[in-house]
Parts: sequence; C-alpha cells; structure tokens
Amino acid sequence: MPKKIENVGCPYCGVCCDDLVVTVSDDGRKVLEVENACAIGNEIFQHASSEGRISLPRLRQPDGTYKDISYDEAVDYAARVLIKAKKPLIFGFGSTNCEGMAAAAKVAEKAGAVLDNCASICHGSSFLAIFDNGYPSCTLGETKNRADVIVYWGSNPAHAHPRHMSRYSIFPRGFFTGKGHKGRKIIVIDPRYTDTARVADIYVQVKQGQDYDLFNAFRTVIRGEDIPDEVAGVKKEQILQVAEILKKARFGTIFYGMGLCHSDGRNHNVDIAISMTRDLNDFTKWTIMAMRGHYNIAGPGVVWAWTTGYPYCIDMSKKDRAYMNPGETSSVDLAMRDEVDAFFNVGTDAGAHFPIEAVKHLKKHPWITIDPNICMASEISDLHIPVGIVGVEVPGIVYRMDNVPIQYRQVLNPPDGVISDEELFERIHQRISEIEAEEGITQTSAAAAGTQTSFVGE
Amino acid sequence: MSEIIIKNGFVFDPLQGIRGDKVDIAIKDGKIVETTALTNPKTIDAAGMTVMAGGVDIHSHVVGPKVNTGRLFRPEEKLFQNIKKTGSRMEMGTSIPSVYKTGYDYARMGYSYVNEAAMPPLHSPHVHEEIRDTPIIDISAMPVFGNNWFSLEYLKNNEIENNAAYTAWLLRATRGFGIKIVNPGGSEAWGWGLNCANIHEPVPYFDVTPAQIITGSIETNEYLGLPHSIHIHPNNLGNPGNYVDTLETLKLAEGYTAKNAFGRTQVMHLTHLQFHAYGGEGFNFESKVPEIMDYVNSHDNITVDIGQVTLDETTTMTADGPFEHHLRAVNNLKWANVDVELETAAGVVPFVYSANNKANAVQWAIGLEIGLLAKDPMRTYITTDHPNAGPFTRYPRVIKWLMSQAAREAQMDAFKHRDKVIDVTNIAGIDRELTLYEIAQMTRAGTAKALGIADMYGGLAPGMDADVAIYNLNAESMPSDAEEIEKAFSRCAYMLKDGIVAVKDGEIVAEPAKRTIWVDVKVPENAQVNRDIYEHFLKHYSLKLENYSLFEEHLHNPRVIEVNAAE
Ligand code: SF4
Ligand SMILES: [Zn+2]
Repeated sequence: MPKKIENVGCPYCGVCCDDLVVTVSDDGRKVLEVENACAIGNEIFQHASSEGRISLPRLRQPDGTYKDISYDEAVDYAARVLIKAKKPLIFGFGSTNCEGMAAAAKVAEKAGAVLDNCASICHGSSFLAIFDNGYPSCTLGETKNRADVIVYWGSNPAHAHPRHMSRYSIFPRGFFTGKGHKGRKIIVIDPRYTDTARVADIYVQVKQGQDYDLFNAFRTVIRGEDIPDEVAGVKKEQILQVAEILKKARFGTIFYGMGLCHSDGRNHNVDIAISMTRDLNDFTKWTIMAMRGHYNIAGPGVVWAWTTGYPYCIDMSKKDRAYMNPGETSSVDLAMRDEVDAFFNVGTDAGAHFPIEAVKHLKKHPWITIDPNICMASEISDLHIPVGIVGVEVPGIVYRMDNVPIQYRQVLNPPDGVISDEELFERIHQRISEIEAEEGITQTSAAAAGTQTSFVGE
Repeated sequence: MSEIIIKNGFVFDPLQGIRGDKVDIAIKDGKIVETTALTNPKTIDAAGMTVMAGGVDIHSHVVGPKVNTGRLFRPEEKLFQNIKKTGSRMEMGTSIPSVYKTGYDYARMGYSYVNEAAMPPLHSPHVHEEIRDTPIIDISAMPVFGNNWFSLEYLKNNEIENNAAYTAWLLRATRGFGIKIVNPGGSEAWGWGLNCANIHEPVPYFDVTPAQIITGSIETNEYLGLPHSIHIHPNNLGNPGNYVDTLETLKLAEGYTAKNAFGRTQVMHLTHLQFHAYGGEGFNFESKVPEIMDYVNSHDNITVDIGQVTLDETTTMTADGPFEHHLRAVNNLKWANVDVELETAAGVVPFVYSANNKANAVQWAIGLEIGLLAKDPMRTYITTDHPNAGPFTRYPRVIKWLMSQAAREAQMDAFKHRDKVIDVTNIAGIDRELTLYEIAQMTRAGTAKALGIADMYGGLAPGMDADVAIYNLNAESMPSDAEEIEKAFSRCAYMLKDGIVAVKDGEIVAEPAKRTIWVDVKVPENAQVNRDIYEHFLKHYSLKLENYSLFEEHLHNPRVIEVNAAE
C-alpha cells in the first residue's frame, strides 16, 4: 500500500512550504505523488527517487577515474586532509539541515578551518547592512495577517519563490486582512517588468543600478522635503504617490532580493532600505525582509551565530577564537588569493558558482564534495561523499527566510548505507580525535589559566 | 558509582536554615545523600571556603531568537577578544556570549540552573537547539503569553478554564516551563506601531486591558497549579513615573494565594524591578524604590528580581517591541525587531550604560536600593536581566556592591554627577551590607523556591541534585577588600554538577550533561480550545499545526515536571 505523508516541508526555496502531501511507494523508496508543491518543489522529490543516485563515497584514482570506497575510508581520508591542511575551507550549506551545520561547525573548530556558507556569494551584503543598521522585521504570518501594503524590491518571487505571494504576501486572507488581495496595495520596484510586476498595483521602473538614489528620494519625501522632477528614472509624481502609500499603510513589508543586494551599491542599498524602514516606523508600522534563496540558507547564519557569534566567513584557523572579515575571510576571496589548502564543498556547487580563477586555485589542493547529487563540484573532486537528501530522506530543523524554525520530515529511506551530513561530520570529528590521539598531536589550546574576558568600556 | 564528601566548608543553605556552619556535604551518584550513605568517598577539602548549592538564575536571556539576533548583528563585540580555549569549544561574545561561553561562565560562577525568560512559542525549536548546545547548565524556558491572541480572547471574556487548557497545550507544544508575560497587550499593539502605556489602556481590536490579562493569567496559573507563578515584565518599562504603573500591577495580585504542590508561595513574580521603579519626569527621574519595596515587603504573595544596571556596554533585548523601538530613538544605534505572528514581538538594541551618564548612575542606585531595602531576601533576587541591564557575568560585582558599603561608595565617587545622583536616590543613606546567607537566599534558595523547583535545586538537603558551588571566601574572616568578594564569586574554587566536578580553580574541567526542564500539565479535554487551535492554525499561522509542536527528537535530555490539573 502506498503511504501518504502529510505536512511535509519542501527542501527547495526559502518559502519553506510545510503543507506538502507526499505519497510514497510501499517500500519507502519512491515518491509517487506530491500535492501542493509548485513545479520546482515537486521536482526535488521526484529527483530523489530517480535512477543513478550514488550510494558510496568515490575516491579519485591516479588514472583520473573514481573508485567506490567505504564510508569509513572516506571519513578517514577527510579527517587526514583536515589535519594536514593549515587553512582548510568548509563552504556551502545551501541544502543541509541545522543539525548538519552544527556538526560541521564542530569539525571546523577542531580542524582550524574557515567556515562559510552560500550567503557569502548571495545575501552576504545583507549581513553587512544588518551589522551596521539592524533589521526591523517580522515573521511571514505577521505580513499575512496585517499587511495592507507590500513592496517587492529587486525580487521576482513569481519565478524564484513561486508560492511566496499566495502563502504570505499578496493573496492570503489573514486575521486583519480578510479581503485578501483586494485589501492590499502591491508595489513592485524593479528595472525589469517581471512577472511579479504584472500583479502589482504600482510598478516603479527604477533605472538599473540607481536603487540607492530612489531610496534617498523616498526618505527625503517621507521627511517632508522636496526632490527633483525625476530620480533614478522615476518621475517625481510617482515617487510622491508611492511615498504617500507607504506612510498611510497600517502595516507594510518590504521584500527585497538579489536585485537590490547584488546591484551597484550592494550593502549600501540594503542599508538605506533598512533606514527607510526605520523612518517609516515614526509614522506607522513597517518591516523588511530579505528573500533568502534556499530553504535553509538562513540556517547557517542562525546556527553559527550561537556557535561563534558570526553568521558567515568565519575564520577559525586560530582554533581558540573566531574571526570574521568579509572580503578577507570570505570563500571566494580566500580562493582567489590562493590562501586555502583544502576545500570542502558541502551541499552546494562551488564548481558552478565560483569564478573560474577561484576554482583553479582550489583545485590545486584536496577538494572534497559532500552532496547527495552529482554536480560540477563532485565531478572535479578528489573525493565525493554522498549524503541523504534533507527534507526527503533526512529530517531536521531548517530556518525559513524569516528565521522561523520549521521541523522537516523524512518521507523516503535514503539509498542503502547512505548517511546524513550530521552523522558524517560527527564521524569526521571523532576520527580527527582518534588520529590526533594515535599520533600524539596535542591541542595547543588545552588548559590555560586566568583567561576571563574583559569588557569593552572598562 | 562516584562518591564525594565536601569537608570543613562554611555551608550556607537557606532552604535548610544552615548559616555558615561547618557541615559535611555527601554526594553519591549525582545526588546529595546523608554522610552515612558513603562507603569510600573522594574528599574535597573546603576549609576556609564557602559552600552553597549551585546558583539558580530566575531570569536571564540566554537562548533563542532574540539573543541570537544580538549575537549575529554585533560582530564588533568580538573583535578584540582574546580568550584562551579551556573547555571543549571556543568562547565568543561579551554581553551576548555564544552558547558555550554562556554555559562555561555560569558554571565558573557556580550556577547550575538558568531560567530563560522569554521563549517566543513559534520559535521553540530554535530555543531547544540552543539548549542542546549550551554546556553544563540546566535550562528551562518560559513561553510568552501576555500578547498571545488565544489568551487575549479568552481573558477578555474571563474564560479561565479555556485559557488554562490553551496554556497547558502550549507548554507541551513548546516544552515550556511557565507563564511569561511581557508588556501585556503592549506588544500586540506594537503590531500596529502602538503600545499600551498603562494597565488600563485597552489592546487595539482585542479590547482587553493589561489589567485583565494579568489577573486572568494569575487565575489561570493557580487553576493549573504550576510550579512557578506568572512571571511578569509589566507595562511602561523604563519611563520616568512608571512606579505608579508598577504599584498598580503589583496590587492586582491582592487577594490571590498560591495553589500548588511545589512549595511556591507567590502568585506573581515581577521581573527587573529596577526598570519599573522610576519617579519624576523626562530626564529628571528619581528613585521610588522605598514606595515600591514597602509594598513588596508587606505582601508575601509577591517576588521580584532586581535587573541591576552594571555600567557596561551591553545589548538590550526584550519581547517589549515598542520599548526597543523607543530606545533606538534614544541612542540612534542599530535596531532589530521581530514581530511574531499571533504571539509576541521582540526588539534588540545595543546600549552603553556609563558611569558618566546621570540617568545610568541613577539606574544603578535604584537597582541596589531594591536589594538593600528588601526585608525578605527569599523574595528578592539578584539579576541583571541579562543582557539588558548588564551581562550575567557581572553578578559577582553586583554581589560585591550589595555586600560592601565601601564598594558602593567607591563607585559613587567615580560618578561624574555624583551629587545629583545622590539627590534623587536613597543609596547614600543605606549602610546595610548583605550577608553570605542573604546572598544565598537571593541567588539560589529563594529563586529555586519561587520557580517551584526547590526539591531539586537551590539547596543541599539529601535527595537533591548534587549541584554545589564552593567559593574561596572565608566566612569567618571575610576579606577587608571587597574586590576579593567579586573575585571569589567570579571563579569558584569548585563547581559540581550532578556530583561531577565541572569547574576547579575557576576553570572548566568537565562538561557533564545538562537538562531541559519543562512542565507537563494534565487538563480536562476541552473541545472549544481544540477547535480554536485548529482554526487559528488553519487561517492565521504561517505554518501547519502539526509542524508547530516541538518534535520529540528536538527535545534534549528532558526533565519533566508533571502537574495534574484534570481532577
Ligand atoms: S514555493 Fe518554494 S518551498 Fe514552496 S513548494 Fe515551491 S519550491 Fe517548495
Ligand atoms: Zn528580561
């Protein structure tokens, strides 16, 4: 009898739909049907039961081919790479659970590695702005229940986050928003007339790369000052009209995407977006939220903040303290300067997403890919260790784009013998300890007295 | 298994009335036992030292989303740190330490239990993930109720049984400990950018007053017979003149008595009283501690904690969303805010308390006045509302100030506006110096009793957990230099957790397993509440009911306290 599993979370995008109904075959090996998911969400479940999944680690041979090895051998190989390297880089985590991220942090600390996640090539600029200016935000249910004005700025959920508009922002009827779409004003600000712009009440065509100027104009108007006849390609009348809507809202949310944090101005665009949100709170209630891409890419920032105090670009090469300086300790920059001597590609595809120069440098050193799938990274690796697919074969906690933890379920059994990221990292950690014990390597940081912290301001 | 005997120390155990006598403390298999139960114990010689039960912190923000937001958005806090790694994990952060530093630093101070003061129910899986990673100390977490739509609706109509059924459900769903209330009604109003400035101002739309929320919550709590009482951060925090609102809030407890099987006697715990004891107006605010403490001293059904300002740079964080918004306009620093659907709102703003700032110095004096004017140290507790008024790592300094008039005077002399501060406070006229026994009451015995866990924590009677702190303080000849007191409480000579030596000479030497304490209440089936829960999740929450309740696998090393309210 096929089995129906309800309330399943979707391990694809940051919308983190948790209302999927997945029907699996009798033997728990195959997904037969997925209800409620969008097309891309559906795909991830189908893929899990496709042919050609690998179920054993594969080690590159002198002749260039891959040979299957056992998990024990793979764990030993990975541990030795980490022990030998002076500054290994562990990067990725676009598609793992938080348990895996916590275990990876433990390994990174032990190995003196740099620990980084996909945010450093994605919403990292948002972090820079948040460090400077804060983050007045809310959970997505707040937006659904209260918001009468929605702004999408430099983001196109119609394609990147298919169910965002129907679940949280434009269409749902919430507690104070019983009229749904009819009761809301939708403003889309984007240089391109996107599919999201089609559903907008007001479309503002900002000139490419001039978002900062437009924010400046809005802030000026909101404070009651005058602006030129046109700013960033937008007519004064439209700026005044939109500013008025923003001020008169009962509750508003600005959702911004890579169009903002990756166009000219980058973190400064996000910074001024946050400043505008602050300003608007002198009049009414406004919130802002980054449209995080992957379903759990908010996760590493959350987990590593409680671990090290930093969300990304975490240099632990000193082993007893962490250091973060994006630009210096960020993965691509480290790779471009050829500063790392071992690379772990975890739940992402640096082979596809890093600049070719960075990949070339990384390739000079051991490259280990930890990922359920065959991807560009796995094909150029020295070792590829398959793991179970989180949200399909491995349960666990993930953080939605609003940092709300969602508990994901397992719907399929992983291929025989395949383990989770968490177990893999725990075993690598264990193996490092064993090897260190065998070889009499001592931790430099053991037992030193008189080390209480001193406070800033003393 | 392992046996230990702690010999020759000066034991302070207010739960047993032991006042510095030389009593041997026997430990077997993680519990305190009679000395006769030991066969071949290892000896810890505590000669010339002070022995207390492990510290029990009644109110601190150590795990969860707002704490973590503080960690994440303040990289500047870690820049110049240089802490050698001595435990199994590195220690990062200052006012908002990493989970590891949190566990280690509490243990170094001899604390074994911390009650996390505000868990947004929607985020309970996050809270429990952080609890899992916090070493050594046992943690309970209180879900916030005072702005929760279910409670607002039930309490508006005075439906105590329904509110109780919902409360029991939520405690189980979040594996929570008790009823926390933060700015009742005000944080819901903040959903619209508004606030409830006093206990009579109705909540927009819900049309229930903070006063109704508070009394309804007391009735709910006593109907259920929970270990802890309601735990309230009242309305109008931080504003001059707010002592009026505080007194009104305290008076709501009149006529209620505690009903529970846990030895708790209060029906209301009012937290970080320092922030709520202000008279005056604008920048001319003044201490109203005598008025407030007169009331507290004469009403047995109330407990309070101090929320002492420690004059440090720190990070404020509360589920009082409108207050944090107000604060960011005061200092114009960065501001994070998270409104949580149907439940609460939280804000985070860095803050620098300075001895050169008159207002901050007055706050400092107000906090100490609370401790020094307390007639019953079993009902007045030491906290810094960590990290709001200062980091918990400053407890030893707070203890020093409470125990030494000379230390207080030295601090006052360092104030830029010394005389003005003295004018509007009472601190200069108080010569009381608290004793070690009173400190033990304020940091473990009293807090454990108020939390309803005094059968396990906060004392050294046989049968209790073998959580013990040994401080390098000779109770018979206390140091003349008060700095020595601070030093001794900062890094204890020994800290034992469940009978395992976790700290020796101020350093972590072992990391025994920690627990999650939660309260499971049985209530009669309640069809209406079940229906309401179903409806709100169907229509208003952004996730499914079935994914909201904490999965068993995300609860770590639980210790459940069972309560039966079904009969
Ligand atoms: S919107 Fe995103 S999370 Fe939802 S089903 Fe589609 S891919 Fe999955
Ligand atoms: Zn607090």
